[in-house]
Amino acid sequence: MPQISQLAATYSSQIFWMLVIFGAVFFLVGRGMAPKVIETMEGRDQKIAADLAAAEGARRDAQAQDDAWKAAAAKQRGEAQALIAAAKADAAKAAEVRLSAAGADAEAKVAEAEARIAMARQGALAEIETVAAEAAADIAARVAGLTVAADAARAAVKDVLHG
Amino acid sequence: MATEAKVDPMHQFTIEPLFGTDHWSLAGFNVAFTNSALWMLISAVVLYAFMLGGMKRELVPGRWQMMVESMTGFIENMLSANVGKEGRKYLPYVFSLFMFILFANLLGLLPLGLIGLHPFTFTSHFTATGVLAILSFAIVLVVGFWKHGFHFFSLFVPHGTPLPMIPLIFVIELVSFLVRPFSLGLRLFVAMMAGHVLLEVLSSFVIGGANAGVFFMGLVSIPSFILMVAICALEILVAGIQAYVFALLTSLYINDAEHLH
Repeated sequence: MPQISQLAATYSSQIFWMLVIFGAVFFLVGRGMAPKVIETMEGRDQKIAADLAAAEGARRDAQAQDDAWKAAAAKQRGEAQALIAAAKADAAKAAEVRLSAAGADAEAKVAEAEARIAMARQGALAEIETVAAEAAADIAARVAGLTVAADAARAAVKDVLHG
Repeated sequence: MATEAKVDPMHQFTIEPLFGTDHWSLAGFNVAFTNSALWMLISAVVLYAFMLGGMKRELVPGRWQMMVESMTGFIENMLSANVGKEGRKYLPYVFSLFMFILFANLLGLLPLGLIGLHPFTFTSHFTATGVLAILSFAIVLVVGFWKHGFHFFSLFVPHGTPLPMIPLIFVIELVSFLVRPFSLGLRLFVAMMAGHVLLEVLSSFVIGGANAGVFFMGLVSIPSFILMVAICALEILVAGIQAYVFALLTSLYINDAEHLH
């Protein structure tokens, strides 16, 4: 077993080189490199955590904006509906007013026309009486040779006409 | 002798000084640069190269960086699970320990004999594993006495021990505490050595059976070879497990030092 048979000859060399080389490993790899690797891993973990937090924040922000937008939209829709209702009411009122004005106008026109018709009829009736009286006087002169005064003829015609 | 050496299952653990370093010494101690030291250096260099892949520090890691990060994260998780948040400051030590042992174990299993090189598993030498075990134990002692002073001795008296039992329990706990560096170093050394010896013995069966003719080849060599393949897979597992156990026990002992019981 060389571990024991060579012990006296090699122990100092083994211990010396072990200390030298393991010491180098400890300082170069253990103290130099391993903490940097751990640092890299922690940096990555932190970055991932920060990114997740940022994403969560952005999501919450978007949610809040969406909520605000929805509320604003609802409010605006309500306002629009109110405006439409007011406009409708206004329009209805205006239509009513114009309709009644037009109705009154038409009524006035109808009344005026009726009055004119009545006057025309009156005039026509008077005309007829005159024509009839003249015609009666003329007929009397031609048939009986009588000269009838215009007033008398008109009175007679009026009598006949108004019975 | 040459053929005998080839199937000597212990030959693979022989330490040989490399090219003219035989008489290097430091304060009178021989510090020859041996094949063992060479494989320590190779493990360290391969580990360094592996870790360089994790130094790209990209936000989205590639495969290599992912491997390095999963190794580092694995040790960090182990420390935070066993020691708590104070475990962070032991990460450099435990990580170096785990990766160095893991790379040493795995590199020692490489079938480099096929191309004429001799892989050497320095974790199969208790002089090497002992250094690591004593380092771990020294850290436990220093941290324990630094943090708790003489109160550290309360580690040897579990809560709720009846008063008459205290002296006995104290001795038992002290012995089990003092055995820790030995069990730590010996476990790794024995596990690695046993696996390598087993593979070597089986390979000698394969060679011997094949030399003894077709009948023995079918009877001995082929089953041994199949068993070797399975044991190679097992040895890869053991290489990882032993590195893990070493690091895990070190972190458990550090937890004792940090928090007592």
